[in-house]
Amino acid sequence: MTSGQDRGKQSWNVGGKDLEALFAEAAKHKGESLWQDAWRRLKSNRAARWSLWFLVVFGLMSLLAPALPIPSPMTLDLQLEPQPPVAPWTAFGNRGFEPDYWELAGSDRALVSLREAVFGDWQTGPWMGTDAKGRDILARIVWGSRTSILVALAAALCSLAIGVTYGALSGYLGGRIDNLMMRIVDILYSIPFIFLVIFLITIVNEYRIELEDNFGIDREVVFYIVIGAIYWLTMARVVRGQVLSLRKAEFIEAARVQGASTRRILFLHLVPNVLSVVIVYLTLTIPAVMLFEAFLSFLGLGIEPPKVSWGLLAVDGSESINPIRVYWWLIVFPAAAMGATLLALNVLGDGLRDALDPKLRGKD
Amino acid sequence: MLRFLARRLLWFAITLFVVVTVSFFLMRAVRGGPFDGERALNPAIEANLQARYHLDWPQWKQYLAYVGPFNLDDEGPEFMGGNGDRPFSGVLAGDFGPSFKYRDFTVNDIIGQSLPISAALGSIALAWALILGLGAGVASALWRGTRTDVALRLLATTGIALPNFVIAGFLVILFVFLIPLLPVAGYGSPAHLLLPGFALGAPFAAYIARLTRTGMLEVLHQDYIRTARAKGLPERLVILRHALKGGILPVISYLGPATAGILTGSLVIERIFAIPGTGSHFVNSALNRDYTLAMGVTILYTVLVYGLNMLVDLAYTLLDPRIDLEDPS
Amino acid sequence: MAFSPTSRQLRQVAALAILVGLAIGAATVLGAARLPRADFVLNNATEIQSMDPHTVTGIPEGRVMRAIYEGLTVKHPQTLEALPGMAESWEVSDDGLHYRFHMRAGATWSDGEVIDAHDFEYSWRRLVSPETAAEYAYQLWCVEGAEAFTLLPDDRQYRALDGTWWQVVAPGRYRVGFSAFSTNRHGQPLHRESATPPSWDGRFPFNPGAAKLDVWTFHKWYPYGVFHRFHAEGAPGPIVANEVPPDSRSEMRSGMYDEHWVCEVEPTLEELATLQLLSAAEFRDVAWRKEVGVKASPDGTTLDVTLRKPTPYFLDLCAFYPFFPVSSKAIARAQERWPSSWRIEWLRPEHLVSNGPYRVAFRRVNDRIRLEKSPSYWDADRIAFDTIDLLAVDHLGTSLNLYLTGEVDWIDRPIAGVIPRLLPREDFNPAPYLGSYFYRVNVNEPPFDDVRVRRALALTIDRRAVCERITKSGERPSYSIVPRSLAGYTGGEMRRSTSEATYEENFAKDLEEAKRLLTEAGYGEGGGEFPTFEILYNTDQTHKDIAEVLADSWSKQLGINAKTLNQEWKVYLDSQRSLDFQISRSAWIGDYLDANSFLDMWMTGNENNRTGWGNARYDELIRAAASEPDVAARQRLFDEAETILMEELPVLPIYDYTSRNLANPRLGGFAGNALDEHFPKFWYWMDDAELAEKRATQPDDWVQVPARGPSEGKYPPAGRDAVQRCIPPGALR
Repeated sequence: MTSGQDRGKQSWNVGGKDLEALFAEAAKHKGESLWQDAWRRLKSNRAARWSLWFLVVFGLMSLLAPALPIPSPMTLDLQLEPQPPVAPWTAFGNRGFEPDYWELAGSDRALVSLREAVFGDWQTGPWMGTDAKGRDILARIVWGSRTSILVALAAALCSLAIGVTYGALSGYLGGRIDNLMMRIVDILYSIPFIFLVIFLITIVNEYRIELEDNFGIDREVVFYIVIGAIYWLTMARVVRGQVLSLRKAEFIEAARVQGASTRRILFLHLVPNVLSVVIVYLTLTIPAVMLFEAFLSFLGLGIEPPKVSWGLLAVDGSESINPIRVYWWLIVFPAAAMGATLLALNVLGDGLRDALDPKLRGKD
Repeated sequence: MLRFLARRLLWFAITLFVVVTVSFFLMRAVRGGPFDGERALNPAIEANLQARYHLDWPQWKQYLAYVGPFNLDDEGPEFMGGNGDRPFSGVLAGDFGPSFKYRDFTVNDIIGQSLPISAALGSIALAWALILGLGAGVASALWRGTRTDVALRLLATTGIALPNFVIAGFLVILFVFLIPLLPVAGYGSPAHLLLPGFALGAPFAAYIARLTRTGMLEVLHQDYIRTARAKGLPERLVILRHALKGGILPVISYLGPATAGILTGSLVIERIFAIPGTGSHFVNSALNRDYTLAMGVTILYTVLVYGLNMLVDLAYTLLDPRIDLEDPS
Repeated sequence: MAFSPTSRQLRQVAALAILVGLAIGAATVLGAARLPRADFVLNNATEIQSMDPHTVTGIPEGRVMRAIYEGLTVKHPQTLEALPGMAESWEVSDDGLHYRFHMRAGATWSDGEVIDAHDFEYSWRRLVSPETAAEYAYQLWCVEGAEAFTLLPDDRQYRALDGTWWQVVAPGRYRVGFSAFSTNRHGQPLHRESATPPSWDGRFPFNPGAAKLDVWTFHKWYPYGVFHRFHAEGAPGPIVANEVPPDSRSEMRSGMYDEHWVCEVEPTLEELATLQLLSAAEFRDVAWRKEVGVKASPDGTTLDVTLRKPTPYFLDLCAFYPFFPVSSKAIARAQERWPSSWRIEWLRPEHLVSNGPYRVAFRRVNDRIRLEKSPSYWDADRIAFDTIDLLAVDHLGTSLNLYLTGEVDWIDRPIAGVIPRLLPREDFNPAPYLGSYFYRVNVNEPPFDDVRVRRALALTIDRRAVCERITKSGERPSYSIVPRSLAGYTGGEMRRSTSEATYEENFAKDLEEAKRLLTEAGYGEGGGEFPTFEILYNTDQTHKDIAEVLADSWSKQLGINAKTLNQEWKVYLDSQRSLDFQISRSAWIGDYLDANSFLDMWMTGNENNRTGWGNARYDELIRAAASEPDVAARQRLFDEAETILMEELPVLPIYDYTSRNLANPRLGGFAGNALDEHFPKFWYWMDDAELAEKRATQPDDWVQVPARGPSEGKYPPAGRDAVQRCIPPGALR
């Protein structure tokens, strides 16, 4: 028999066309993997592209917050009432910076010293106004984004870790075990979370000293874990559904028929497909977590001052709505920031879903 | 069908049992009791109070008394040593106990008063969500890719980009202060429920718009639509008879989580708009350590959510015969 | 499972039916909910705990009680002097110990039954009875014998003879015991673990071995060393044990008694017949009749009250809601009709019997209580409003918005943010309020056990900034625990700099001294590291703001690290009670116009102390003041006591409260007063003429706001002049 390499040189009748020319043409079009395909389609989705850029820029700003020449979010300067915003052209900045922060991590402290070296004691003016205690709203929004994004990411990752494992296991094992595991998820879903939250936060308060000294866990971390513990349920369901449907999918069958090993099936076919669903779901969980954090702040169970988060800002802003004097900057700016970010995340999530949806492959 | 129902009911019972047990012991593990107040109680008086509500019993006994159906105190059934005045009590006998905090009411009273109000608010929120969501979704799907589509999608996404109390705040500024159209809070007429309903339903309108649009687009891609069009069916009928159904299916399956979400969201909305529904009791009872009321509301929510999910599954099957209830996937 | 084609229509019909059903349901609920607006709407801030005046504590509850019940006296809206209520007149003996109230003839309950002195005796007995579990029972302890009556154990198991307790151990065999109370007023033992009976005249009752009937006297120790004699008849036997009777309340018992001598006796039938065993209920009857100083005359027209010591504020207390009457017949009827749920049934609006100007029309949890004028009230002619609504809106922002849009006529607290804008308005009139805001310090925990540290912390608080920038309602910075809004009181204040001309200069000097003290105590420059501590506060914007500001200033000025800790209400109370805090935000509101309500809680071991502090001399002074009849001498004792307190500083005073009522300017019969207590019977709407008159007497710079309400006013049926006119408030301008 001829070798594989010789196969192309066999003389099949292809209607007269030059075989070599044909194959040469075919070779020009590179086959695409799932990811390349998705990336291409995402880029062509304008809204998703802009959202991605926005998030990247915002994320950078958030990360480098200590280095930005904004006032401290904590400096108290008691006023009678919140001060309205002053446009940048009226008061671009002033020299009143005081490095007032809660305990910062080492990298943040480095950034603060960098900022002091570069800008000295100059800081931006009250472009977005201040609240009643003289704290700059712009600074609080920027620093608040750190906390909110951190909470959302940590919770999302937490839910990811638990949820993906649980769901994949359940879907893979299938049958009765799967049934049982999903029923457990159903039951957990029905437990009203508010008690769980109060309970956990109170317990943490009681043992906060031990936790901090022995494990380095402070209330923040517990907060993340608590929220993550609530959101893994849906992730598990979604992953499990995906794994189940994939097990029966035709291309898996085809791969198996072709003789692919289990490992190849798992890593080349199952995981990427599951991962795509997980990524999409993550991008949609993060906004949900941020909103949940705002909800907890409304009930008084959220982030503790002096730390600031968007949820706290939203609550403070919405408290000041009254017909005598609407301190509109207290609510409009935080709402705009939060809204824009969550909007971007949602649009990105939609775009990712569109890009990664295998049903739409080849239909563009 | 019957087997499906029976199995669902069995799991419902198990779920309820787990929820009741976990919540019961969880609540009592948290610090603070229902009778803690700013002024300290005389120990004798505190003991009396605890005894009256049976808080001096061991926890397992309190649990059994709560679940029922037999009354475990002195007025219980004669075969248990009581005097037979009140042999049945507890959840299994339909008695959720007295409220620890609102001492003039039983939990049955409180839930009986507040549930219709919450239900009214929830229905209005759902109505808003469906009207806005379906409307926006259909319009979006019909005029796909145009500016209208983009604008509508943007507006819809705003509903899930802001916390509902912020939306409520903006609504109040707009429709109460700037344009004095509606009352700012309270409960007493249909006008009182318009704003809260909208604020509560807005996030779900967003999701519904999305789901409808996606669902309809998927259907519009199918072959049989092409056939229908080729056959000469007017576009309007194509949409109304076929595409809409495809769009509604995912919305219906979303109704379950949407209702659960409305129940949760009502905690905030009822507080801001001073509506005396069960949402306010949910949080306050936890904070007041009003064990019985908290348990009552918990059970109520579990029943509602589970029941609704079951209804939704049923409706789903009725609408789409391809889906087999028996298939666990 | 085949679906027939027509099932599609079925499904559509089903879906439609559900939607229609929901819509009808919503409409019915809403239709049933429509209410006409009441004459007067106020926001009561929270759903009240109960309509039973004896079992509640709290300001919102007080508002409802004052509307539906009336006590012996009623307070004047402005001066808070005692006016006749259910008592037409009264006489006080010269020594201040005996009061005689003459009851109003012809007054009735809302069910038509006559109300007289017997009802008050019954109600006051109910207040101090242990089974009512009244939290305010201690308010009646100024009456002779009431405290002992409350602390009587309530146990169905034992049979009590006059003065001792007996327990049936076996048929024919009894345990008789006697116990010594050596506790303070709240049941906390003062002397622990004394193995022998305290020697007092050697007349302690044990006579082991004697087997004949003897009349022996023994004493029970009551708080403050007051003794009470009981006579007991019985056959003592050999001492068997030093223990409490086995029953379910033994923990309670052992908290109150710590010496017990138990004899087991087996009396003969003749002896048994003479033992006069009483049931617990009978014993309490006997105790009430013999020992407690509240007596109604047989015809019910007079009520005689004997106090334990002269109490100048007793008439105030008679208008305080724990002293309000409840109908014994209504309770008895309820107990008969609903043997197991009478506790809830008798309080339902349709069954509730009350004697006040209003009665409950209906009640919706977390929404409102609607009151309507009670035609059976003796003074119904002079009540102006026909209906009053008390809403239960607890969200401050919503409450303010309801007021500003005219749906509510009176709220008691606006959100702090808008206060500066409310101050110029005529409807916002902060008045001094008998309350104190302070920080408790846990003096058991180092470094706060050092008084220098506490003083340093107290001196560094910029009270004026707190009052001007955070609370903003004209609160007064406070350097003492008793608010200076208490008329006629001058007590000891915290030592601070007063020599300079301005507040800033004084404050600067105080800061220096604070730093010096801290260094002296071993912290600060060159000294040890001050441990990080937390300021505990319950969830509230103002507390949060103050805690943050103080933490910040302590950090900046003294270089010590302070953090804030927010706990929700119940956990916060629990932390305070178990002394699980370093510094905690606290407040105390006085129940009556006397300094004692602020000073007696700091005695050693008092359960409202919650700082771990105690001072023997202080305890002595307060005890002495409690029995001191002479006003001036009492004042001196309080002065010295408060000076000690402010020297030791287990509490850091911050400011005195002000009441922050926002009330419709058209409201008459309403004034700011030190207790912020308002009696609805005096309220009315002014007509435009009277309103203009009132405005003419106001300062010119007050901004006028629209006074909603009927322009012809709403006056009582007895006429325009049958109202109580008050001088418009506005003290703090």
